[in-house]
Amino acid sequence: MGMAEFLISSVTVGAGGASSIDFTSIPSTYTDLRLVVSLRSGSSGTSRGLSFTLNNDAGTNYSTRYFYGYASGVTGGSTSSSTDMYSGLYGGTSYGANIFSNIEIYIPNYASSNNKSVSVDSASENTSSTNYIGFWAGYWAQTSAITGISLKGSLAFIPNSTAYLYGIKNS
Amino acid sequence: MADTPTKVPLATTTLGSSVASYTFSSIPSTYTDLILVAWIAPTLGTGTSIMAVKLNSDTTNYSGTGLLGTGTAVQSSRYTGLSGLPIAGYNNGSGTGNINIICHFQNYSNTTTYKTMIARADNASFQTEASVGLWRKTPEAINSIQIYNYGGVNLTAGSTFTLYGIL
Repeated sequence: MGMAEFLISSVTVGAGGASSIDFTSIPSTYTDLRLVVSLRSGSSGTSRGLSFTLNNDAGTNYSTRYFYGYASGVTGGSTSSSTDMYSGLYGGTSYGANIFSNIEIYIPNYASSNNKSVSVDSASENTSSTNYIGFWAGYWAQTSAITGISLKGSLAFIPNSTAYLYGIKNS
Repeated sequence: MADTPTKVPLATTTLGSSVASYTFSSIPSTYTDLILVAWIAPTLGTGTSIMAVKLNSDTTNYSGTGLLGTGTAVQSSRYTGLSGLPIAGYNNGSGTGNINIICHFQNYSNTTTYKTMIARADNASFQTEASVGLWRKTPEAINSIQIYNYGGVNLTAGSTFTLYGIL
């Protein structure tokens, strides 16, 4: 039997940082997509929200439900009619040195003619009590095949942030 | 050195019509772990029930613990005594939300330990969940997985199910 998962493309943020990480011309030859990112913000904030758009769609077509736990509790929320997909938390310069946050985004049936649903696991461990682990459900009310993903941070990603996009085949 | 595939698609289906359940059978015991990926199309019927799996057609010996967020609340729950392992809440009435389900079955083929499962389930119009399940039957290899709705609602036409083996 053949392999199921293939690396489509990867990005490592270079010197100067980046305000976004973009994947374009994603082929429709797979069944699912899996995007694994390791991020850190250049800002002094304790955590930053990650979001992404699909096919550069800036319409009010994104919604989510989510919850996350931190050192002293749990919280959750939702978004609707948003212009991007809220999809996790990542740390900034207040995190310990060299600490990056991990987020995994899974999109089944990304090339289908159905509206798309998204699963996100987000983890930010730190040397202090500012840390998070959470789960996001996302929905894109568009039927187009996904050909592009653009990750956007509330502040720029620093050098050595990485993103790996995998294609998964079901046969 | 030649690349060795570690994640192998074992079987996949897209439902051509609404059915009560779908079963992966004759699962080979040659892998270490299994991953089940399900995409449930917006559903028929009304009400709220849960998606579950039965292993080897067993209707007892299950327990589990879950965390979920509804958008307005975060909850945890513990269950025992059900006829299967719950893997996802199921909002039949919403009509808008696809459900993504990803289940990992660890060490599924040994005959010495109870079997454990970690699951994620997401429906952006209903809730997002993470859960762990335990199958406490006298240890045997998992050779079939039946996906069904605990409340008896059919699985919607167009839903997709794929089973992967992990070496």
